[in-house]
Amino acid sequence: MADNSTFYREIVIDHNMHPIHKRGLPDANLVLEGVNPSCGDDIILQLKVEDGIIRDGAYTGDGCAISQASADIMLDMIIGKPVEEAKRLSALFLKMIRSGVTEAELEELEEAAALQDIAHMPSRVKCAVLGWHTMDEMLEE
Amino acid sequence: MVYDAVRCVLPGEEFRGNADKSIPSDYFSAMLPGSAVKAEPVPDQLPENGGERKRKKKMRDRNPIPQIKDIHEIRAQFPLLAASGLVYLDNSATTQKPECVLKAMEDYYRNYNANPFRGLYSISEQATEAYEDARRSVSDFIHAADPSEIIFTRNATESLNLAAYSLGELLLKPGDEILVSIAEHHSNMLPWRLAAKRHGATVRYLEPDEEGLFSAETLENALCPKVKIAAVTHMSNIFGRVNDLKTFAEICHENGTLLAADGAQSVPHIPVDVQDLGVDFLAFSGHKMLGPMGIGVLYGKRELLTRMPPFLSGGEMIDMVTRDRIVYADIPHKFEAGTVNAADAVGLAEAVRFMENLGFDAMQEREEALTRRALEGMKAIRGVRVIGSGKARDHHGILTFVVEGVHPHDVAAIMDSEGIAVRAGHHCAQPLHAFLGIPSTTRASIMFYNTEEEIDRFLEVLSSVRRRMGYGG
Repeated sequence: MADNSTFYREIVIDHNMHPIHKRGLPDANLVLEGVNPSCGDDIILQLKVEDGIIRDGAYTGDGCAISQASADIMLDMIIGKPVEEAKRLSALFLKMIRSGVTEAELEELEEAAALQDIAHMPSRVKCAVLGWHTMDEMLEE
Repeated sequence: MVYDAVRCVLPGEEFRGNADKSIPSDYFSAMLPGSAVKAEPVPDQLPENGGERKRKKKMRDRNPIPQIKDIHEIRAQFPLLAASGLVYLDNSATTQKPECVLKAMEDYYRNYNANPFRGLYSISEQATEAYEDARRSVSDFIHAADPSEIIFTRNATESLNLAAYSLGELLLKPGDEILVSIAEHHSNMLPWRLAAKRHGATVRYLEPDEEGLFSAETLENALCPKVKIAAVTHMSNIFGRVNDLKTFAEICHENGTLLAADGAQSVPHIPVDVQDLGVDFLAFSGHKMLGPMGIGVLYGKRELLTRMPPFLSGGEMIDMVTRDRIVYADIPHKFEAGTVNAADAVGLAEAVRFMENLGFDAMQEREEALTRRALEGMKAIRGVRVIGSGKARDHHGILTFVVEGVHPHDVAAIMDSEGIAVRAGHHCAQPLHAFLGIPSTTRASIMFYNTEEEIDRFLEVLSSVRRRMGYGG
């Protein structure tokens, strides 16, 4: 039997059970809700962006372990980074899931690399990318 | 056969439906208990009917199907089950197909594929005959009064869209109401909502108790003279619970309300007698009852179908068309515009024969035993809660559940990693989930071909889900 539970790695389980960034962020200046209507994944992403730098970030919401852990991992990676770098990482994450990345690129994705096998499970891809998509939309505006 | 490619229109043989938006006053009185008035006798359209029956019987004898004494013998007839080793517990979504169904469809395409009703040559007539044979099989299966009450569609969804559209055209007026149970699959809810919108009517919702039971009293209280149509499922795809449609139909008819039922889950699992139930419409899908995808059924009472205007229009649904006049064909053809799906109808008829040969007694006995095994096991797992009744016999193989702290998609993914197919999400019943206050659920649904070993495997994996997701380790 194909073991597609590889995306339930410890990293994912841990970020889902004990999220670091799941909280309110009262001084956020960007807030956007991202929803996957078909499965009910729902996150409200909050960012505090100053001078082109993401100073702080948090999220609240409900959903499957993949969607929640992915958002938590993402925030871990982008807090303190310039907006352009966050956008670049997001593009890299999507590339990892859509067409695959090189070893070096995978390294750059740090813990988010734990979600690379989600590509084999098309119905779960939208869970993994929900946080990233929501952030992209926020930073576009 | 009597199906000529071009049918003559006799003088005065117009479509009997009309723009008068009402049901004749004797329609409901004819259906009330104790009334001697029966639906009008149906002219025998097929003089060689007796010959058809004999032929069908002969076909049946050629394909003897073993009873459910040996489950492995049964499973061997389902190529996917036999080959994959998959624990398939998503039978409410679609069932697997036995070899005889696949063969019947292949035989159709290999040996007598032609456009039914059209060709004046032998295989077209053979295709027509097979298609109409299928209609008779389905008609007998649900005990319709006449095969012309069986409309072939793509699936239950299309059937309900047909019913809602045409019935809406026939009788809905501004200010009318449609009563829809909150437990409906979206397919028996949205068509009625759209029909209501088109005609200035409103939709009201009927709510069950927390075990998914709709009581006769709730229905009685919800009815008023404005309610023209009630849409209720025969068997909920979430609770697995069967609604007492016979009583519901009596209550509705006393109020002058028509009852449209969703039989997508019931027809595959319990014996259904539409005349005994007294429902005005019943919709179901072939693919949930061992048949192919792409064929569904709308049963409707002849009197209503005859009066309803068509849903889709085009080829093969008319008797005559001039520049400014259309004479529609009689039912069922009035509602089957375009080239019909003969191959899938043949497949469905074969599925019906398969089920008839096994017998509902045997199928239900197995399904209930398996359901009991699963339900009792689930009750014993900490953090697992089954939606609906606590009694196995109320579930008819449908076990919808939540695992505390674990999203249903994660439950289903873990099951999948162990070779078990279950459904996760809202199961096309979002308003019901909102009513229950649960965002989404996981559902295991059982068919007679499942085994005790499969249920045990499901329970074993289910009992490990919370631990795998980081709880109580």
